[in-house]
Amino acid sequence: MTEPLLQIRGLKVHFPIKKGILLDRQVGAVKAVDGVDLDVAKGQTVGLVGESGCGKSTLGRAVLRLTDITEGQVIFDGEDLAQLKGEALRKKRRSMQMVFQDPMASLNPRQSVETILTEPLRAHGIQYDRKNRVQELLKLVGLPGSAANRYPHEFSGGQRQRIGIARAVALEPDLVIADEPVSALDVSIQAQVLNLLEELQERLGLTYLVIAHDLAVVRHVSDQVAVMYLGSIVEQASSDELYAKPLHPYTISLMSAVPVPDPEVEDRRERILLSGDLPSPANPPPGCRFHTRCPYRQEIRCHDERPALRLIEPGHTAACHYAEEILSGAIRPRQADETFAAGPSR
Amino acid sequence: MRPSIPNSDGERMPVEYLDDHPAEATRVRPDRGGETPLLRVDNLSVTFSHHGSKPVFAVDEVSFDVQAGEHVGLVGESGSGKSVTSLAVMGLLPTRGVQVQGSVNFDGRELIGLETSQLRDLRGAEMAMVFQDPMTSLNPVINIERQLTEVLLRHREISKNDARTEAVDLLNKVGIPDPARRVSEYPHQLSGGMRQRVLIAIALACRPRLLIADEPTTALDVTIQAQILELLKELVTTTGTALVMITHDLGIVAGLCDRVHVMYSGRIVESSERRTLFADPRHPYTGGLMASIPRLDQRRGEPLTPIPGSPTDTLPWSQGCAFAPRCPHAQGDCRMETPRLEPLGNRALRCFHPLPPTQTKPRGSS
Repeated sequence: MTEPLLQIRGLKVHFPIKKGILLDRQVGAVKAVDGVDLDVAKGQTVGLVGESGCGKSTLGRAVLRLTDITEGQVIFDGEDLAQLKGEALRKKRRSMQMVFQDPMASLNPRQSVETILTEPLRAHGIQYDRKNRVQELLKLVGLPGSAANRYPHEFSGGQRQRIGIARAVALEPDLVIADEPVSALDVSIQAQVLNLLEELQERLGLTYLVIAHDLAVVRHVSDQVAVMYLGSIVEQASSDELYAKPLHPYTISLMSAVPVPDPEVEDRRERILLSGDLPSPANPPPGCRFHTRCPYRQEIRCHDERPALRLIEPGHTAACHYAEEILSGAIRPRQADETFAAGPSR
Repeated sequence: MRPSIPNSDGERMPVEYLDDHPAEATRVRPDRGGETPLLRVDNLSVTFSHHGSKPVFAVDEVSFDVQAGEHVGLVGESGSGKSVTSLAVMGLLPTRGVQVQGSVNFDGRELIGLETSQLRDLRGAEMAMVFQDPMTSLNPVINIERQLTEVLLRHREISKNDARTEAVDLLNKVGIPDPARRVSEYPHQLSGGMRQRVLIAIALACRPRLLIADEPTTALDVTIQAQILELLKELVTTTGTALVMITHDLGIVAGLCDRVHVMYSGRIVESSERRTLFADPRHPYTGGLMASIPRLDQRRGEPLTPIPGSPTDTLPWSQGCAFAPRCPHAQGDCRMETPRLEPLGNRALRCFHPLPPTQTKPRGSS
C-alpha cells in the first residue's frame, strides 16, 4: 500500500451546548465526531458513508479545519493540521480543496465564472495567465470556453457542479474532499459528475475523500469505504470486500435498506429493518452506540462496553464485539416476528 | 398467515383493518382488463401561463389507468411533470394561470370541472395523498390529534371522543410507539420518519381507495426510507388501497409497483409491467437512466454511461421528440416529427427508434 497522504488520529469534534445569558455555562456537548482514525492513501479514493447526523460532513470539514478540532491529530503530508494556525494553515490549504453539495449555494451569484475560478489563484498569490488558465480549467471539466464570462444562474445544476469542481482543482491540490458531490443533482446527471471526478483523478493524480449518504455512489467511486454511525467509524474495508462481506450489523442493515433498480433482486431480498431513529449525538447511548437499534444485539457486552475498531480480516476492520460470530452465522438477526422484549432494555 | 407491519421500533405487530369491516377491507385485486379501472386518466394536459410569456406545457397527453388495489409507479426527473400530474388528479392545482384539460375519471365520476365542495368530499375519504416533505406538510402549531381527527370529523359521523380514540388507534397502526402520548404532541417533537408515519395515518384514516404518494421518502435516510416503504406496502396491500407512487428512484419502483410509467418533459415515454421494463427497457431514456445509476450490487470500476446534456435541453414536443437533443439514437425524423405513444407487445412506447430488445440486458446481474 502507498503511504498515507492523510492520517486522522483520534479526531474529536464536540460542539458545546450552552445555557444562560451572562454566565454562558456549558451544559453538554454534541459529539459530532467522537474518536475517528482514518488513513487516506495517496491517489486513492476513500468513501465515507452514513446517515444524516452521523458526523461525516463535520469530519470532512474538520480535516480542512473549517471547524475547530476538539482533540486529536490530522496529519497531512507529514504535518499536524490541528496545530497549525494563521498563515501556515492558509498556505497548507492550497493543497487541500473542497467540493460542496449544493452547487446553487456554493457559487457566488454575482461573480462571473472567470472570477470564481481565478479567486483561489489570487488568494494564494499565484502568477497565472488569466485567459489561458480559465480556458484550461473549463476544458478540463468539460465546459465550453464561452462559459467564462457567464454567471452561475445561467447554468444547470450539473454544469454548476462542474464549475465547483473546476474551482477546487484550480490550485492543483493533492487532496479533494467532496461532500455529497452528486446528491443535489438529477439522476441522469449524477453519472456525468461521477465520471468527471474519476477522470480528473486519473489526469491530475488527485486523492479524494468522498462523503455521501448513497451507498451505491460510494461503492462506485471508492477504493476504501468507511461507514460512520453516530460520530465514529464502525467498519472499514475495500469497496468490494465491504459489499461482499459486511461485518458490522449497521453496514448489513444499511445495505439491505438500499433499493436496487432490479425487480428480480428486490423480490428475492431479505430486508433487515432497523428499529427507531438515530439517537441524539448530544446524549449517545452507552456501550455500543448502535445497540439501541441493532438486530444482532446480545445480552452481554453490547449495552455497557463500547467496542473498538479492530481488525477482523486482513484489510477489514469493524467495531463490533460479535463480528466473527456474525460472519460465521452463529448469531442471526432477530427474526421479524420475535418480540422486542427478548432483548435487554432500551 | 396474519399480516403484520413493523413499527418504528422494529417490532412487528398484526395488522388490524382500518375499520370494522374486514371483509370489505380485504378487497381482492381484480384482473386487469375487462373491468373498469378505479382511476382513468385520459389525455391529461396541464398548462401554466404567465402573462407576457408563452404558456408552458407541464403535463401533456398523459393517459394511464389504475385498477383497484393496483400499485402504479410514475417515474421521472425533476421537471418531468410527475408531481403536477398527481396534483391535477387530486384537483389541487391553483386555478389562476393554470389550465387543465383532458379527463380524470375516478370510479365513474369525472373530476375535472367538479365543484370544489364535491372534490372536498372525495379528498381524504376516497382518495388521499402523502407528500414529499414531512417537515412542511404538517401544521407546526396544531397538535397531532387535531390534524388526525380533522379528516375523521370531516368525512364521518363521529363524535370528538370517538375520533380521538380512533386517532390513537391509527397512530398505533402506523407503528408509532406510545400513541396515547404522541397524539397530543406537536410535529416538532417527532422525527422525520415519525412525521411521515403520521401523514400516512392521516391519509389512510378514512380508508381511501386511492393513495397517491409523491416522493414520500426523498427527505428521509435510507434506513428510515426502508421502514416507511415497508409500512406503506403492507398497509395498502392489506387494505386493498390502490397506490400511485411518484418517485425519481427506480429502485423504489422496482420493489413496489406492478406497472411503471416513465415520464420525460411532461409526457409518458414508456409504460410497462415492472419486470419487463427493468429487464428490457426499450425507450432510450429508460435505458439511459438504468445505465447511469450506480448500483449497490455492481463491482467498482464498471463504468457508468451517463445521459449527455441536462433535463433542460429539451425540444418542445410539438416539434419532435423532447429527448432527441440528449438521445444517442436520435435520427433526423426525431427532430421533425412528434412520436406517439404506441403499444408494443405488452408495453406502450413513444419512440421512433427504440432500443433493440437484446442490447440492454440488466447490468450487474452477476
